[in-house]
Amino acid sequence: MVGEGTPGGILPLRQRFLRSLKNLFVAGADDFQPGSGGQERRYHVLRRYVVLSTAVVSLAPLLFATLLSYHQYEKTYRTELFNPIARLTATTKQTIDFFLAERRSALEMIVRDKSFEELSDPAELKRVLANLASSFGGFVDLGVLDASGHQRAYAGPYELSGKRYADQPWFSEVRQRGVHVSSVFLGHRGIPHFVIAVKHEDAGGTWHVLRATIDSEELNRRIGGPGVDDYTDIFLVNDEGLLQSPSRLFGSVLQAVPPSLLPPPAETASVSLRTVGDEPFVVGHASIEKSPFTLVLLHRSREQVETWQAIRGELILFFCVSVVLILSVIWGGSTYMVKRVRDADRRREASLHEVEYTNKMATIGRLAAGVAHEINNPLAIINEKAGLLLDLIAMTGEPPRREKVSELATAIISSVERASRVTHRLLGFSRHLDVRFEPIALPELIREVLGFLEREASYRNVEVVVTSEEGVPEIKSDRGQLQQVFLNIINNALAAVQDNVGRIEIAIRRAGIASVQVLVTDNGVGIEKANLTKIFEPFFTTKKGYGTGLGLSVTYGIVQKLGGTITVDSVLGHWTTFTVTLPTTPTTRQGGNDG
Amino acid sequence: MAEPRILIVDDEGDLAFTLAERLQLRGFSARGVTSGEAAIEVVQHESPDAVVLDVKMPGTGGLSVLRTLKSLRPHLPVILVTGHGSRENAVEGMRLGAFRYLMKPVQIEELVALLHEATRGPGGGDG
Repeated sequence: MVGEGTPGGILPLRQRFLRSLKNLFVAGADDFQPGSGGQERRYHVLRRYVVLSTAVVSLAPLLFATLLSYHQYEKTYRTELFNPIARLTATTKQTIDFFLAERRSALEMIVRDKSFEELSDPAELKRVLANLASSFGGFVDLGVLDASGHQRAYAGPYELSGKRYADQPWFSEVRQRGVHVSSVFLGHRGIPHFVIAVKHEDAGGTWHVLRATIDSEELNRRIGGPGVDDYTDIFLVNDEGLLQSPSRLFGSVLQAVPPSLLPPPAETASVSLRTVGDEPFVVGHASIEKSPFTLVLLHRSREQVETWQAIRGELILFFCVSVVLILSVIWGGSTYMVKRVRDADRRREASLHEVEYTNKMATIGRLAAGVAHEINNPLAIINEKAGLLLDLIAMTGEPPRREKVSELATAIISSVERASRVTHRLLGFSRHLDVRFEPIALPELIREVLGFLEREASYRNVEVVVTSEEGVPEIKSDRGQLQQVFLNIINNALAAVQDNVGRIEIAIRRAGIASVQVLVTDNGVGIEKANLTKIFEPFFTTKKGYGTGLGLSVTYGIVQKLGGTITVDSVLGHWTTFTVTLPTTPTTRQGGNDG
Repeated sequence: MAEPRILIVDDEGDLAFTLAERLQLRGFSARGVTSGEAAIEVVQHESPDAVVLDVKMPGTGGLSVLRTLKSLRPHLPVILVTGHGSRENAVEGMRLGAFRYLMKPVQIEELVALLHEATRGPGGGDG
């Protein structure tokens, strides 16, 4: 058990904390019920509550802190890793955008500047191509197409004049959108290049297309540049995922790239972490406007990713170890505390039993004189009657008359009965300590109790009056315990009143639907106001010298155990009333019964 | 000599009357009463030779009856009868001038002997 090894100084504090928790969660946890069977279960519930609540209270902040750190680390890490890639991707994209826009603009300028007839002149077209090639570079050939897709003039290294393009997809695209940039393809000599085509529409509504082939090499030179190092690969792919420029990792033009590298749909620019093969890469994507190209930038970042993974691993490990540690301490501590609480409860139970027993014996002792007298009287009568019987036989010469013998024997038997009633009452009183419920009529029980005390009352000429309201229900309670309660209270009342003028009134009445009250009022010495709150405390006594100070505290304990309450009211020198309220059926305060 | 007149006082009528009957069988003129008041009444009007008095009685207790009897007739022998629980009362009764005390249950021969002693003795029979 972990708790046993916890340093001693922490325990009392923790114990107090757990006690208050216990009081919070387990209603009436401190009202220990002796001999109740549900005890073990209650300690289990107590421990579960303590463990759960402590765990929640201590783990929630830990979880929150860990998640927060994780989030912060991840944010920092992303910033450090992604930002340079995002910048480099954006710069390169601008360069390519510019490269394409420059050439497109040049073609658009030519198409507006020169008429279809001028451009259809092969000599003129050749001159334009020469100018373009020298001003911009990369232009390989030029073609002029009429609206039917027929190439009317061509300038360049190939013999393409008169070729028809009407049913090619790019031609319908340029007709609709006015401009077209093609994917890269290998020409007749195996050199990669691509096409830019622009459309021009006359005022009369007729239109034609100027088509230029551009050497990819010119574009490739724009890709890369400052900021590109050995860890970085940068290339273009088209919509089908085919390389449009050579890649360090994936080979030459028109090779396919792994699907994991394809750009996220519907995003013009993004940076993400991707795995190619077993290598982690930071990948930047940027789509190039008005072209089938997407720029892809790969940065190998094994070290950074490993650093991040290490931090993340440490965080998770820290969290798990902390959780295990906290849970073990809580579990161990709670088990230990609950055990302590249970031990204390058991000790209390034992001492309560002992006190109850002692008190009962003391009560019996107090009653002994009265009881002895009560038994002595019938014994004396028996003695005299039997003696007279013998006298009659011995002293009168003739056998005694039948009626006389029968009268004496009847008197003897009735005296024996009287004595045994007393002994039975005493036995009934001292029989059991455990709670045992049975239906009880309170007026009858009060009469039984008075049976012990009426002698003393009558010798001291103390008046005892019992009144019972009509229809007071029977209650389910413990006879022996209730006898002890009322014996204590009425005995106290007897002790409080003076001979000859003393008066004790016992009233039995209903109190609400499910309770019955017994009020014991005496006109005795009364109780000081200051003492009213203390008289139910153990060892409080005003009977200096002969009181144990336990009577009323035990009475209080018993009444509580039976689910009732006891209160006291008094005016010093005038009267005192003890009010015992008892439920008609046992309430939840009562546990099981092992008795 | 006439039969000694004995008054028996006990709140248990059964006891007082039976004891009286037994004493009558033994040559006493005995009668029983069941209260202190009745006893005082009898002593005032019939002047018995001795009184057998139960110490513990309701109402006027045995000792206060003893006090009254002694104030009425200082030389009247009073034999106290007491239970085990009230021996202190008996001692107090001796101090108040009781002749002797007996524990319940009373042995008849012992009582008879005491009564003879009380009614024949030097202080007895002042009538």
